Amino acid sequence: MSMLKIENLEAAINGKQILKGINLEVNAGEVHAIMGPNGSGKSTMSNVLVGHPAYEVTGGTATFKGKNLLEMSAEERSHEGLFMSFQYPVEIPGVSMTNFMRTAINEKRKYQGLPPMAPTEFLKFIKEKRDMVKLDAKFMNRSVNEGFSGGEKKRNEIFQMAMLEPSLSILDETDSGLDIDALRIVADGVNRLKSPETSVIVITHYQRLLDYIKPDIVHVLYQGRIIKTAGPQLALELEERGYDWVIKEYEDSLK
Amino acid sequence: MKPAQNYIELFKDNRALVERGSAGVMNTLRDAALSSLVRYGLPHNGLEEYLHTDVSKWFEPDWGMNLARLDMPVDFAQAFKCSVPNLSTQLYFLANDAFASSDRASKAGLPEGVFAGSIKEAAQNRPELVEKFYGRLADMDKPGIAAINTLFAQDGYILYVPDGVTIEKPLQLITLLSSKVDLMVNRRILVVLGRASQAKLLLCDHALTANNYLTTQVIEVFAGQDSTFELYDLEETHTANLRASELYISQDAGSKVSVDNLTLHNGQTRNTVCVTFDGQGAELSLNGVAITDKSQHVDNMTFVDHRVPDCTSNELFKYVLDESSTGAFAGKVLVREGAQHTSSQQTNRNICLTREARMFTQPQLEIYADDVKCSHGATVGQLDDKALFYMRQRGIPQQEARMMLMLAFVGEVISKVELEPLRDRLYRLVEKRFRGELTQCEGCRACR
Repeated sequence: MSMLKIENLEAAINGKQILKGINLEVNAGEVHAIMGPNGSGKSTMSNVLVGHPAYEVTGGTATFKGKNLLEMSAEERSHEGLFMSFQYPVEIPGVSMTNFMRTAINEKRKYQGLPPMAPTEFLKFIKEKRDMVKLDAKFMNRSVNEGFSGGEKKRNEIFQMAMLEPSLSILDETDSGLDIDALRIVADGVNRLKSPETSVIVITHYQRLLDYIKPDIVHVLYQGRIIKTAGPQLALELEERGYDWVIKEYEDSLK
Repeated sequence: MKPAQNYIELFKDNRALVERGSAGVMNTLRDAALSSLVRYGLPHNGLEEYLHTDVSKWFEPDWGMNLARLDMPVDFAQAFKCSVPNLSTQLYFLANDAFASSDRASKAGLPEGVFAGSIKEAAQNRPELVEKFYGRLADMDKPGIAAINTLFAQDGYILYVPDGVTIEKPLQLITLLSSKVDLMVNRRILVVLGRASQAKLLLCDHALTANNYLTTQVIEVFAGQDSTFELYDLEETHTANLRASELYISQDAGSKVSVDNLTLHNGQTRNTVCVTFDGQGAELSLNGVAITDKSQHVDNMTFVDHRVPDCTSNELFKYVLDESSTGAFAGKVLVREGAQHTSSQQTNRNICLTREARMFTQPQLEIYADDVKCSHGATVGQLDDKALFYMRQRGIPQQEARMMLMLAFVGEVISKVELEPLRDRLYRLVEKRFRGELTQCEGCRACR
């Protein structure tokens, strides 16, 4: 079943064209890795998919679970089951984690026509998901991400992912700034959330994260286009040989 | 003709009337007030301290004043339902500028020796109190509204707490503006805290009818040695209301005073707060919130005078300005020579929600002592776009996300409110205010 289908997607920010025709299809149950050198458009792609208002879609289509993704607001995309783990999770002083999560969960339930979650049920749910990413209870009374270490912020992203139970999760450089233990906890959380009904797009520079989250398909993004798609062995090859040979192969194919 | 001249003539023509309706002690300062008004006029925007608020303009209309002290009956129970439930208070009312006796304002439950009630009554029963303290702090040697207030004020509220006495129950003074015609009121409040005494006073400023009002308010607070005082000044009036308030506090050694100035709904407001440390080791917590929209205007000016060593002042003012409203904050901290080990922190943070909203902020720090810890900071900005998007990605709709961010922003001030039921209530009021549900004062049927 097709989870996400992107055709000829083009996008710009501040008038500068970044994505120049992306084609990508992700099916339910699949894990895709998107790799590529700096400035190739990886973060732009994830931001466009989740509806960041700073990016302008200038062409192409994106279909998420059969619906036109590009017509939806950021919050609707979330309610429909799209999640992004931020490369730089944002601190929100004065908004407690509990209040933040309660509002997010209940807004989603409202969208689905469900009543708000009962407080006891909510607390149980929170505990279960916290345990999964080993996030201490004390974080729940703190302001969102405020004073969290780099590792805690990323674990908090996966905790939120667990809470919101998305169908498609985009992990935008979730491995950046993580030590090996934190990386394992994060990857373990992602793996436990995997199911035949859910999909993951892992955006990363390095093979490292892919040792823990095994991709089914690996893509290379370069200058706003996907220039190579192959199986998981491609990630290993990139780790060993860098991107130059893929870029050369692509440029030769254009001649 | 300058507006001050009108009031000078009005006073001269009606002096007998003004004095007949007043406590005798209030009349003893009329001459001084008159010469101050003649000398300085009314504060206008040509003065540095009134740059963003031309208060003198407010006095231009031919305001009616109730100089003859005609009874202006207000049915309190009908008109007002207290907007702070779960807060058991000792309740008092000022109807316009006159102390109003009501069934609810009983003296039962107050510790012995405490006087809470009308200045006029106090002047008869406890003349020594009023004579000793009335008008001692209000500064008439500068442009301001103390002069015109002192010239016309005829009654008000006084709270006296003797040495060593603690009033557990918060006192609540509800000031109701209620008139069938446009009205200027001159309100006076005097608080005297004896040595090691404790009290909490909540002032709620409401307008019951849609008329135009101009309020001048002078509050004088004497915080005795080692006393503790919490003052909450909450304004929930309407857009046709003009309010110029001056709060003077003198803190003796070891006293702890906290002031929360909350403007939730108003027309044009100017609040001046002057605090002097007159004894060592005193602490001040001075906080404020202003939430404005339409063409509302809030100007808070604070002056903290560290004239003795070892005192601490912490100031936090936050504004959220929507539509074409304007705000101003000027905070001056003066650390005089010899005021060593002063600790002073001042913060003013503001959010302009639209391009039309304007905020003027001016922190001022003057230090003449060398062993002190002082800081100040001021910011004007917008809601954090990154936070907004982060929240939306998690499914929180834009409007709700904005609300949460605004509540979190002013929540920093509200969290400092020590009266728990009031704190909870303020969160609710602020949330309602942001949702646009609090167009006038919560709880007054007359406003709905």
